[in-house]
Amino acid sequence: MGMTITEKILAHHADREQVEPGELVNCRVDIVLGNDVTTPVAIREFEKIGVERVFDAERVVIVPDHFTPNKDINSAEQARRVREFARQYGIINYFEVGRMGIEHCLLPQEGLVVPGDLIIGADSHTCTYGALGAFATGVGSTDMAAAMATGEAWFKVPETIKFVYYGEMPRWVGGKDLILHTIGDIGVDGARYMAMEFEGEAIRNLSMDNRFTMANMAIEAGGKNGIFQPDEKTLDYVKDRARRDYDFYQSDSDACYHEVREYDVSQLEPQVAFPHLPENVRPVSEAEGIYIDQVVIGSCTNGRLEDLEMAASILRNKKVHRELRVIVIPGTQEIYLEALRRGLIEVFVEAGAVVSTPTCGPCLGGHMGILARGEKALATTNRNFVGRMGHPESEVYLASPAVAAASAVLGRIAVPWEVVS
Amino acid sequence: MILKGKVHCFGDDVDTDAIIPARHMTTSEPDELAEHCMEDAEPEFVRKVNRGDLIVAGKNFGCGSSREHAPIAIQAAGVSCVIAGSFARIFYRNAINIGLPILECEKAVREVQSGDELEVDPVAGSIRNLTRNQEYQAIPFPPFMQNIIEKGGLINYVKERMKQQCQE
Ligand code: SF4
Repeated sequence: MGMTITEKILAHHADREQVEPGELVNCRVDIVLGNDVTTPVAIREFEKIGVERVFDAERVVIVPDHFTPNKDINSAEQARRVREFARQYGIINYFEVGRMGIEHCLLPQEGLVVPGDLIIGADSHTCTYGALGAFATGVGSTDMAAAMATGEAWFKVPETIKFVYYGEMPRWVGGKDLILHTIGDIGVDGARYMAMEFEGEAIRNLSMDNRFTMANMAIEAGGKNGIFQPDEKTLDYVKDRARRDYDFYQSDSDACYHEVREYDVSQLEPQVAFPHLPENVRPVSEAEGIYIDQVVIGSCTNGRLEDLEMAASILRNKKVHRELRVIVIPGTQEIYLEALRRGLIEVFVEAGAVVSTPTCGPCLGGHMGILARGEKALATTNRNFVGRMGHPESEVYLASPAVAAASAVLGRIAVPWEVVS
Repeated sequence: MILKGKVHCFGDDVDTDAIIPARHMTTSEPDELAEHCMEDAEPEFVRKVNRGDLIVAGKNFGCGSSREHAPIAIQAAGVSCVIAGSFARIFYRNAINIGLPILECEKAVREVQSGDELEVDPVAGSIRNLTRNQEYQAIPFPPFMQNIIEKGGLINYVKERMKQQCQE
C-alpha cells in the first residue's frame, strides 16, 4: 500500500521500507531546536545523561527569542545559561541577539531546515517547517535533551487527515484565513495526534510565506505536524538557502488517509478567532465593530515579509487610530532589513506604529506589549488562550495582517476594504 | 506504586498557559513554578492542593505550548497523577518523559467529582473512587512507554541504552 509524505519521511529516518500509522518507530533527527525558555530545562536533563558532546554540533540549533533582548534579570540568567552551553558544546547555530529572529522564521530563512528533513524542536510551533515538505514537530525539553545526546527520537506514526482547498482565493484572504477556518471547522483537538496534509488548487497557488503560516498553526488543531508536498515554489525558496541536500517526498496516490476534508475557498471571508480558543472562528463580518486597545503584527505565524507588505499596503498614508496602539515585529533581522529597504518600516512609523526588534515578546505575554485587565488586542499571532498576552481578564482576537492593519486604522475590528479600495 | 488523594476537577482544553502562564517562565526551578500551578485556571489551586492529590480534567488536557514547565509545575505542586478524557500530544509525551503519571479514562472523568478520594495504580491503569465506591479501568500504555515509565522517565531510559551501545 502507498504511503503519505509524513509516513515516507518517518520510514526513511527509521531506515525502514514501510511504516504504518500507530507503529512506534525510532528515528534519526536532522535538526534539534531549542529556545531561551525550553533549552535551560533541556540542559539540566542533558547533563544528567552524562555525555561529553552533542550528537552533532551543526544540527543542534538554539535561538533565544522568547524573552530577548532580555526583559529582566531572570530572563538574562536563562539566556546566559543557554549562551554558555552553546559555547561549551561548540553549537555553531546559536543565534545571538542582533543575528537572531523568531526561531520559526529564522530556521527556514537560514536554510537550516530543508525538504525531507525530520526535525524536532522544544517549541510547539516547530510544525512550521512542514511548509517545506519536512516532518517537523514540537516536543518538550527532555526530548530535546535526549535527542541532543543521541541524535534520535521515538515517534508514533500518525494517521493523516488530508485537507483539500479548491477555488480561487478572494482578495485579502490568505493562509491565515484558511488555517483559522480549518481550525474553526475541526476544533482545537480535531487533528490530535494526527498529521495534517494540505493540498489542492488554492494551496498550489499559495506563496511560501502563507504556507508557513498554515503549517505553523497545525498544533492549534492538536496536530502532530502540518505538511505540504513540495513543488516549484518550495524549490524556488530553498535552492539558494539550503545548507544541505534535500529530498522532495510526495504522497502516493493510493496512500491511506484517516479522513479527507474539502473546502471551497472562493467565497471565504477573512477570519477572526474570538477569545479564548483558536477554534472560536467567525467570518470577519461578524466581528466588525469590536473595539480594541492594541494591534500586534508579527510572530512566527505572520512576521514574514509578505505579512509586513500586506499590512503596509493598508497603512500607507494612513494613521493608526488615536485610541489604539500598534506594535509591528519583523520576524528576523533579515526581514527587518528588507522591510527597511522597501520602505515598509517608514510606513509603519509614519502611521504611528512602533516597530520592534525581532522577539516573541507580546505573543506569549512575555514583554513588549502586555495587556492590562480588561484590554482587548487583535493579533496576527496563533493563540488566544486566557492570559496569553497579559492579564487573565484581557482578550485576544486572532486574524491576518490585512485585518490587523485595517483594524489599526479604524480602532475596531474591520475589513481591509473599508480602508483601501 | 499506589497513589491516593483528593480530586481537583477541571474542564476541557486546559491549556499550558493556564497550567503555568508564560510570565512565570523566566525560571525553570520546579518549586518556583509550583507556586503558580494552574494560576489562570483556578487562582486558589496552589493553596488547596495537598501532596498526593489528583487532577481530573476533560478532553485535550495540556494543549498549546511545548513547555515542560507545565507537567513540572504540576508534579512539583504535589499532584500525584492527572486523569483526563484525552491529552494533547506534547503534554502526554512530556509527562511520560519526566515520570508524571497520567491516565486517559473518559468514564472516570464523567463521574468523578471534586473532593472525591481516589486510589490509582498508574501501571495497571486501575482507578478506584473510594468516596463513591466505583472502579474504572484506563487505557493501558503501550509496552514501549511502560518501559520508559518504569525506568522513571526518558533520561534514565536513554542513559541505559547509551551504556548498552557502548558495551556492544
Ligand atoms: S512567536 Fe509566539 S508562538 Fe511563535 S515561537 Fe514565539 S512565543 Fe511561540
